Amino acid sequence: MSAVNELNTRGSFRWIWRQLTSMRTAIILLLLMGFAAIPGSLFPQRNQNPMRVQQYFTDNPGLAKFLDRLSIFDVYSSPWFSAIYLLLFISLIGCVLPRTIDHLRTLRAVPPLTPKYLEKMEFYSVVATDKSSALDRAEAYLRASHFRVRREESSISAEKGYIRESGNLLFHLSLILILVGVGVGGLLGMKGEAIINVGDRFINTPTSYDSLSFGKFQGEGSLPPFALTVKSFTAKYDLQTSAPMDYTLTVEAANPVGSAPKTQVIKVNHPLTYGNTNIYLQANGYSPVVTVRNKSGDLVFKGAVVFLPQDGNLTSIGAIKLPDMSPQIGFVGSFIPTYDRSKSRGAFSSFPEVLDPRLLLSVWEGNLGLDTGNPQSVYRLDTSKMKRLGLKQLVLGESYDFGEGSITFNGYTPWVNLQIVDDPGKLYSLLGATLAILGLLASLFTRQRRIWIKVGDRVEIAGLAKNGAPGLEVEIRVLKNLLEEK
Amino acid sequence: MTSANWAYLSNYAIYSSMVVFTIAFFAHAIEVAFSLRNTDSDVESASTTKFDFTRTEKSGRIGTSMMILGFILLLAGVILRGVSAGRVPWGNMYEFSITGALAFTGAYLFALWKFKVRWLGLPVVIAVLLTLGTAITILYVKSGPLVPALKSTWLAIHVSAAIVSGGVFLLANCVAALYLYLDRVEMRGPRPKWAERIPSLETLDQLSYRLVAFVFPLWTFAVIAGAIWAESAWGRYWGWDPKETWAFITWVAYAAYLHARVTIGWRGRRAAWLCLFAGSTFLFNYIYVNIYGSGRHTYSGL
Ligand code: HEM
Repeated sequence: MSAVNELNTRGSFRWIWRQLTSMRTAIILLLLMGFAAIPGSLFPQRNQNPMRVQQYFTDNPGLAKFLDRLSIFDVYSSPWFSAIYLLLFISLIGCVLPRTIDHLRTLRAVPPLTPKYLEKMEFYSVVATDKSSALDRAEAYLRASHFRVRREESSISAEKGYIRESGNLLFHLSLILILVGVGVGGLLGMKGEAIINVGDRFINTPTSYDSLSFGKFQGEGSLPPFALTVKSFTAKYDLQTSAPMDYTLTVEAANPVGSAPKTQVIKVNHPLTYGNTNIYLQANGYSPVVTVRNKSGDLVFKGAVVFLPQDGNLTSIGAIKLPDMSPQIGFVGSFIPTYDRSKSRGAFSSFPEVLDPRLLLSVWEGNLGLDTGNPQSVYRLDTSKMKRLGLKQLVLGESYDFGEGSITFNGYTPWVNLQIVDDPGKLYSLLGATLAILGLLASLFTRQRRIWIKVGDRVEIAGLAKNGAPGLEVEIRVLKNLLEEK
Repeated sequence: MTSANWAYLSNYAIYSSMVVFTIAFFAHAIEVAFSLRNTDSDVESASTTKFDFTRTEKSGRIGTSMMILGFILLLAGVILRGVSAGRVPWGNMYEFSITGALAFTGAYLFALWKFKVRWLGLPVVIAVLLTLGTAITILYVKSGPLVPALKSTWLAIHVSAAIVSGGVFLLANCVAALYLYLDRVEMRGPRPKWAERIPSLETLDQLSYRLVAFVFPLWTFAVIAGAIWAESAWGRYWGWDPKETWAFITWVAYAAYLHARVTIGWRGRRAAWLCLFAGSTFLFNYIYVNIYGSGRHTYSGL
């Protein structure tokens, strides 16, 4: 490569860098990030509401596929959103760091020289005072009011409000810190969810989770070794509106596993904390407890099956799959905590607590399709290769004989969904956010201004307020009155 | 006293405040309407008709007193609502609206004291009456307890900061809109009579900027307080929930507005449009996302 060429590449690199770190670019990127965030609030997002995304795919298959190619359903982790975010990050650093260094250098600098002609400046006036002592008295006053003073032979140049730039820089640097915090959390954190029936034990290993994701640089061995046993869960609801009023989860927690367990209470706004790891109460529902026997009366299955709530009154649906029976048997069920019925809706729940429970079952026989390799939801049954044997509504304790065997509705137990999150970056973000506000306050509420006094044929005074900040006029009048001894 | 009684008291206070605001409305309207006076008996050109606010000074003062009284009654209504529910009164859209109207009136009274903006009285009182009217007719819900996720001191902090910011943002929007309107009017000729008392375009321009610069830190704080609360309730401090997304968009829009003014030097029409745009993202968040949006912030009670 020739030297000229090399110069060119270096030159164009520098040009690109200068463009990228110009303030206009940063602001445009910032605005772009605002606009780029909009589609995520208009279309359902996979990481927030996968069910609604699926619904969107069923409703508009063609459009959905097209939108999916543009990452419209994963806006905030899409390549284009990340690109804007990264460019903004680089642009901010490239633009704010040099300014900070400049500012640190000028921290002890003196105000610039008094301009030659004060007449043109703001609030110019002539002071009727004794020339010989004017500068001394003015200097004493200005220093007492925290101005930086530059005293020359026959003039004073004073400035106040350097904090404005300090605050401004602090604000912009804090934005970088927030972005760092977000990045650290994304790369080194973990987040998982687990549904646990009351009475069951959760051991913090990857296999205990229903869903679990780690940051790019975080391994599976990093989970803190605690174990929880869910002792009880109580939910209180408003009698008229069914709105939840209180959820209380009591667990026995041992950290590490095997140490003496401690009773702990988890509430919605009060997670249980181990170091950076927080354990949140996220959702709750019911698991009906059933017993299934085969034709000859042998026990095939007994246990609590997690059902998913469908409405505010916890009408819940779920599935029971018994691949070991022959032929294979599956149940599609609805659990209704407080039974009610209407012509239009059929059976439904009218209150979220269990007052009059029912279990509605439809029984299917055939191939459950579990060995096809396609992942299946545990809450739904693929009935494409099955035949319905019957339909039955059970009250507590009742059994139903469906020919190939029988099922008994023994009871129910509440379940809780725990969200377990480790975000090592959040403290940086919090610190950044706090500093950002302090910086913002300092920069928006500091008035930067200069005052000059010049002694020549007469004593003149004038000033300059940055961004037209108010108050300078009064300040100059006070100084003038003082010099004129009014 | 039972919770229902407190709720009735709150409703009475709010109805009374509306009556008082209506009086304030008439007082301000009379102040403007009757200040017209012909200086010459042979009126030829419109410019000889003058606004003489000394004639209607009394009416203006009545307007201001009624605004203060209305503010106090509304404050009482909001507090009583909180007492009846046994929590801070920010649990649903009805409550957001009455508190928002309170913040808006408070912002106006503050600006009145600080910048002498009685000319804003009429548009402000109209906006307050509309908000309260919508609140009690469409948005009203019975006083009740909070869902568990809202039981947090951060709710009080976050929502109060957000509502106060909203009140001031909207006031800044009123000023910016007035600027744009008068700017167009002035291009065609002198201002109409009623607008003569309103200060110069430059003052309006500065005023809307001051208001935004004054609350931008508070809005920033509101967003951060929301993030802290979300961290304790939902296990993440930022999740791009629609409400959060639009709060961010509002923040970005106002940051752009401040940059446009402070660092690029925009003034006047362009700045006013940008201010209106930023304010409308706030309104969009309040109305659209609360009512039609999904996400975890669906506490509108509708
Ligand atoms: C390259 C990047 C940036 C540069 C060089 C820059 C520079 C500046 C400057 C010079 C000011 C005016 C300070 C003054 O004159 O007193 C300012 C203010 C401000 N900046 Fe930035 N900025 C950048 C990016 C950002 C970003 C990404 C944000 C994010 C929101 C932001 C938010 C603000 C805010 C809110 C103010 C208002 C403070 C005031 O009015 O004084 N800036 N910035």
